[in-house]
Amino acid sequence: MSMLLRTEGVRKAYGGVQALDACEIEVGEGSVAGLIGPNGSGKTTLFNVITGYAKADAGHVYLADRKITNLAPDKVFALGIGRTFQLTRIFASLTVLENMLVASRHGRGSARKHAMEQLDFVGIAGHQAELAGTLSYGQRKLLELAYVLVADPAVILLDEPAGGVNLSLVNHIADRIRELNAAGKTFLIVEHNMEFVMGLCDRVTVLDSGTVVAAGPPGIIRTDRRVLNAYLGEDLDAGEDE
Amino acid sequence: MTETGAGTTTRSVLKITDLVAGYGGGDVLRGVSLEVTTGGVTCVVGPNGAGKSTLMATISALVRPRLGSIELDGRNLVGLSPRQVLRLGVVQVPQNHSLFRDMTVRENVELGGYILSDRALTARRMAAVFDLFPDIAGWAQKKAGSLSGGQQRLVEFGRALMLEPRLLLLDEPSMGLAPKILRTVFGAIRQMNSAGTTILLVEQNARAGLRLSSHGVVMESGRVRLSGTGREVLENPEIGALYLGGPVSPE
Repeated sequence: MSMLLRTEGVRKAYGGVQALDACEIEVGEGSVAGLIGPNGSGKTTLFNVITGYAKADAGHVYLADRKITNLAPDKVFALGIGRTFQLTRIFASLTVLENMLVASRHGRGSARKHAMEQLDFVGIAGHQAELAGTLSYGQRKLLELAYVLVADPAVILLDEPAGGVNLSLVNHIADRIRELNAAGKTFLIVEHNMEFVMGLCDRVTVLDSGTVVAAGPPGIIRTDRRVLNAYLGEDLDAGEDE
Repeated sequence: MTETGAGTTTRSVLKITDLVAGYGGGDVLRGVSLEVTTGGVTCVVGPNGAGKSTLMATISALVRPRLGSIELDGRNLVGLSPRQVLRLGVVQVPQNHSLFRDMTVRENVELGGYILSDRALTARRMAAVFDLFPDIAGWAQKKAGSLSGGQQRLVEFGRALMLEPRLLLLDEPSMGLAPKILRTVFGAIRQMNSAGTTILLVEQNARAGLRLSSHGVVMESGRVRLSGTGREVLENPEIGALYLGGPVSPE
């Protein structure tokens, strides 16, 4: 499998905190990749670096063989990397359909039809005329997914797609991702819901303190001691207790 | 009352039974039962979304439970207002920094006793806080906003002690702090406990939290999945499955 997205030695510091430290990940073309790690391990920062929302201090980001390090977010988007945000970002005072048209790169004639197809696909076409601000949290998540799809990106980065939504919606979102993946889309997903990640992803990369501590298939990652250690935190008393 | 291994009995300050609570339509807590023993530190750990912070908010009456009971020294807290719960001695230090940044450290600590009407009592309590944490006395005249994250955490602890809590709730006190500072913060938790404060601690650094606790609980998906001494919980092989997903045998 060829690598569609990868990072090489990415470093990023905020103030005195090294958010990413020599961070290397690989996302194979046509795969569903997971990115996990405890709070503050650098997952969202890595998303921000990949999509141009944060500048890397060092290292590189590649889309296929093209170096896209530190390009502006709109350039990264235009090259085919779409993303959602942990806290949904939509225009609350526009209708659902208007939100979709903002993202569209289609000509005037086909934009509306294409937008409606995506809304139908995620399951909120019936809400197209409502103001986005009146949607439930789960519906907003679906709108954001549709919003990303309208630009037809090759790689889709999802930041906590299952966060804060109920179980049936979690399953609905997982099914949509599987369908899109079967149609050729590549995914990189940050998510805390382990059932979701482990059930969906071909390969999972684990970050701790900005560094990759493990990467591999879910079955291996689940039983990896280094991964559990990352989640349970540092033993502050090591060596001085008992 | 709970039987201990030594055959003596220890009293519970807090007894939570079959607690169901959440926001909007969904339940985050799905039948939580646990007890906090007088004089101890009880630590609740678990993966993101397990319901740890919701548990704290529900005890403090910021979230109203749908079912179940929360008893403080035998009295049901369900239905009381946050202020009434505070008056009964349940004091919470929230996860996010909550000092008034433009006020001095001394003023912030003093505000911890705002429900006390006796000025002499307020002064005595403040002196006791400064005795326990001399560092706070040293920062007394500084603006709270000028302190580091770890220092602010300590002042938040001091402020909470102004009410001599019957039960102190600490929601992820290590959140956002560098490892070096964590040691100081965990040391301060030990100190407050040694001085007689009963503590219910929610902690994302499970290892450090369970180490300093007499009792530990692992929550997952709104339920208590493991409990025991801090060490027993840490060494239980099932903790891995609870954090990383996968089948876990029922309680």
